[in-house]
Amino acid sequence: MATATVPVELPELTKDELARYSRHLILPEVGEEGQRKLKAARVLCVGAGGLGSPLSLYLAAAGVGTLGLVDFDVVDKSNLQRQIIHSTADIGRKKLDSAAEKLEALNPEVKVVKHDTLLSSANALDILKDYDVIADGTDNFPTRYLVNDACVLLGKPNAYGSIFRFEGQASVFATADGPCYRCLYPEPPPPGLVPSCAEGGVLGILPGLVGVIQATETIKLILGKGATLAGRLLLVDALNMRFRELKLRKNPECPVCGAHPTVTQLIDYQQFCGLAPAKKEENAVKNGIPQITVTELKRRIEAGEDLFILDVREPFEYQIANIGGKLIPQNEVPQRLGEIDRDREIIVHCKGGVRSQRIAEFLKQSGYSEVVNVAGGILAWSSEVDATLPKY
Amino acid sequence: MTIYIPTPLRPYAAGKDAVDVNAGTVSGALDELTQTFPDLRKHLFTAEGKLRAFVNVYLNDEDIRYLPEKDATAVSAGDTLSIVPSIAGGCQVSDRMNSFLWLTRFPTLSPERRRKGRARSW
Repeated sequence: MATATVPVELPELTKDELARYSRHLILPEVGEEGQRKLKAARVLCVGAGGLGSPLSLYLAAAGVGTLGLVDFDVVDKSNLQRQIIHSTADIGRKKLDSAAEKLEALNPEVKVVKHDTLLSSANALDILKDYDVIADGTDNFPTRYLVNDACVLLGKPNAYGSIFRFEGQASVFATADGPCYRCLYPEPPPPGLVPSCAEGGVLGILPGLVGVIQATETIKLILGKGATLAGRLLLVDALNMRFRELKLRKNPECPVCGAHPTVTQLIDYQQFCGLAPAKKEENAVKNGIPQITVTELKRRIEAGEDLFILDVREPFEYQIANIGGKLIPQNEVPQRLGEIDRDREIIVHCKGGVRSQRIAEFLKQSGYSEVVNVAGGILAWSSEVDATLPKY
Repeated sequence: MTIYIPTPLRPYAAGKDAVDVNAGTVSGALDELTQTFPDLRKHLFTAEGKLRAFVNVYLNDEDIRYLPEKDATAVSAGDTLSIVPSIAGGCQVSDRMNSFLWLTRFPTLSPERRRKGRARSW
């Protein structure tokens, strides 16, 4: 039976707590000892969103002594359909502040710890190490794998839940003898193949169902009672209201929890999930045209280089925003080649980098030897170099 | 036998949540499924025909990776096959992550919008 490690010295319950938890105290599976275990327990909820809402509310109500929350997001109106810890008045507030307020109001005995950050390889072990159980309610693959690996490395059980449209998955990973998330899915899907909730939609109630399953598993891990989902994957189909259970096995060759692990410290999970930021484009070449980043272009301008910057947008666009390049709209370029110096390096830009790429290719075919395209165009310039430049 | 189609893959299987096939083995059943719904194939298998690492297939409640004969395991009419892909949602999708996924998923969006999505650091 998988259990969380809780201190041997259990804290006493106050008179108020005895009253508050009376329905637990008369349950043989909880009782006073179990309630003291809950009071001693420290649980980290990763994400204060759809899953984190019911999860943290029920854990606070149940008397989990220390409840950590990790989130860096703010409450958006579109969250309220399912993230029941936040209210309409909280729109625009940090989810952490909004959630902590509700949890403290529900149960002032609970110590709420706010981790206002994006969980990363750099901070995960440090944050997770102070908790007994981790409840992963995140929304993306890099964090899923990060939480899994950190739990395995630290030996902390992970009450896992995940949702999509009408469907949910729940399990308990990284118990002493049980499988981990990587035993189930050794690799993440390539970006974009599996849609996120924001794209695919989600039934607002579903995170309630799955988050409460996570909360239940968390409580059982703390109490050391019952049979947790370790070694089982629970599938929830809310549309047909069908719950199915599949066997999960520990993969002896698992790169993290197997007999000969190859992952012995946290890695770059963005890269692992194929989401690494695009390589610096200084050296990138597209269809024979070297690409220059806006930051590199800025550096060259500031270095005082005499550059021929060709802007191939339309005049009205130039009026909205320009970086001082020579304006020749793309359709006029073939007739106005005389205005473009053949002996110089030509740096072509447009709004986003597509028209300019086409014109750059055209110039190359027309005999220009040095033609460079500005990757991302003036929009990238506005994002990365000069935010005062209007986007349109 | 019945093959359960998970929500994310239903768009590639005419919206069906379950498909009945007549096959002798697990791989035969998956072949029949992907012949009926060719769009499913690339979501389930790599170009080399290997089951993708983020898709698991269960014969009844057992992962076929752990069956002695794996996908050559014999199946009968009463068996079920479940396709279970990884899903990441917890639905506190940050806008940044959201736009990234959105943009990578819909490469037909204007390059400007894709660029905007990529240019952000998260």
